[in-house]
Amino acid sequence: MMTGRDEISIPPGTIVSGKWHGRRYQMIRRLGSGTQGTVYLVKAGNKKVAMKIAKNRGSLISEVNVLKRTGELQGQPLGPSLFDNDDWIVNNQIFSFCVMEYLDGVPLSEALRNKPFDWAVIYVIQLLSVLGRLHRAGYIFGDLKPENIILLSPGHTVRCLDFGGATRIGRSVREYTTFYDRGYWGYGTRKAEPSYDLFACTMMMIYAAEGRTFEKNGNREKQLVQIVRTNDKLARYRSILEKGLAGRYALAEEMRRDMLQKATEQESAPVLRRSHTSRSAVSRTGSERNGWFGAIVTASVIMAAYVLFVMVYIM
Amino acid sequence: MKNGTLKQILLITDGCSNQGEDPVAMAALAKEQGITVNVIGVLDRFDTEGGRGLQEVEGIASAGGGISQIVQTRQLAETVQMVTKQAMTQTIKGVIDQKLNDILGESETVEDLPPEKRGRVMEVVDELGETVDLDVCILVDTSASMKNKLPTVREALTDLSMSLASRTGANQFCLYLFPGKRKSTQKVITWTPHLENIEQAFSKIGSHGVTPTGPAIKEALKSFNELAKTNWLDQDEAYDDGPR
Repeated sequence: MMTGRDEISIPPGTIVSGKWHGRRYQMIRRLGSGTQGTVYLVKAGNKKVAMKIAKNRGSLISEVNVLKRTGELQGQPLGPSLFDNDDWIVNNQIFSFCVMEYLDGVPLSEALRNKPFDWAVIYVIQLLSVLGRLHRAGYIFGDLKPENIILLSPGHTVRCLDFGGATRIGRSVREYTTFYDRGYWGYGTRKAEPSYDLFACTMMMIYAAEGRTFEKNGNREKQLVQIVRTNDKLARYRSILEKGLAGRYALAEEMRRDMLQKATEQESAPVLRRSHTSRSAVSRTGSERNGWFGAIVTASVIMAAYVLFVMVYIM
Repeated sequence: MKNGTLKQILLITDGCSNQGEDPVAMAALAKEQGITVNVIGVLDRFDTEGGRGLQEVEGIASAGGGISQIVQTRQLAETVQMVTKQAMTQTIKGVIDQKLNDILGESETVEDLPPEKRGRVMEVVDELGETVDLDVCILVDTSASMKNKLPTVREALTDLSMSLASRTGANQFCLYLFPGKRKSTQKVITWTPHLENIEQAFSKIGSHGVTPTGPAIKEALKSFNELAKTNWLDQDEAYDDGPR
């Protein structure tokens, strides 16, 4: 581990009280662990909120700064709203923590495993509109990966979760995960610009279609293009993905518009018909009608056979 | 205005030193000269040495005012850049803590400020970390047990160079391997702004059993002195179009 302290265990029921703002929280349970701290579900009064306790003092500060900034934006929130930011002194140790809105839902990483590929497309389209607004606020998300995105339980809306990697545009990316990092694949620098996030979005599509992450082999540029060209599920979005990889989208909105257009396009590609996992709503009603027709034919054939059989038996 | 330069030694090793000066003492010496020593311990052999290797890694970093981290070989790339950046932040923060101390009198650090002010100070620290110039002297342990990890080390260093090139500030690197062919430490790349095409550097390595970590750190200190000298000589004519 780092020179800092390891994760501490806090029993349920523990009261965490802030040194500066004096608010009190009651521990319910541990939710998970990120790169910069551990997240707990806590009670503030009778409201459930999420509390992130920093691994190192000071490591949460940049995340808090970004959450403050995004919280001031109008319209649909991009991530959890920030409620409090304080220090907790216990046993002569000081822990920094921040308190955020508790977002109840499923991480995108889990949803991608359980849902057909069509859904991945929808999630990415939603994500692109969130990213577009974040970029306009002057930040990129940085460490963009399915684990850092949450799908809110009712309504299937995506929200970003862990803003520890969020970086002011023009700086160098604060945090990244190799599979989603364009630097790793030789597609560009780690300078924070919107196209860095859009590369990660493209990799998310590839991940969703392939169902796994993988490592680079000898010719890394060709490797990704090869997958985009050969994977049936990606066929429809090929041109968009190639643009996303090459960093030729300057804005999330552009990529979103193209994705949306391709996703709603009339089905002309025979490719989609062939693959069973990616049936669109249009083809489903079509095939359902076919299904009914087939069933009626089968039923009448069986009926006829039965009547024949009975007649033969009686005679 | 020039923001000043941060100086770091990055030591990548997988075990205990067993030749020459005490590396912890050498690290303390580096710290005295304003050079931070960070250590990355590549796992595997640490388990068998009964914690002695781990102790040394932590000892060197703590005496050198830097950060230590133990990793598996495959996580090396991410770790190398994270450790370097965190050490930069730590150094800058150390300077600011010192200033706060001078102003406020008591042993105040950034962490003792109320959260709101802390946030603003850290934004300044971040800003400095982006724009400050950075000199890193990299020391790679090439003793026998490191041999099969060297391709990964090489990649991690190229990756570090790319990561740091994304900053606004200028970077310089130099690379030493230890043990060297005849000497305890061998300089393979002298101060340069980019660590690309370093395949060559690792190709001529013989493997020895010894690990002269202390002498390697000492050698790194010398290289910083040389760099300071060349900078001083160049200052008049060519300072402005230095490496970017």
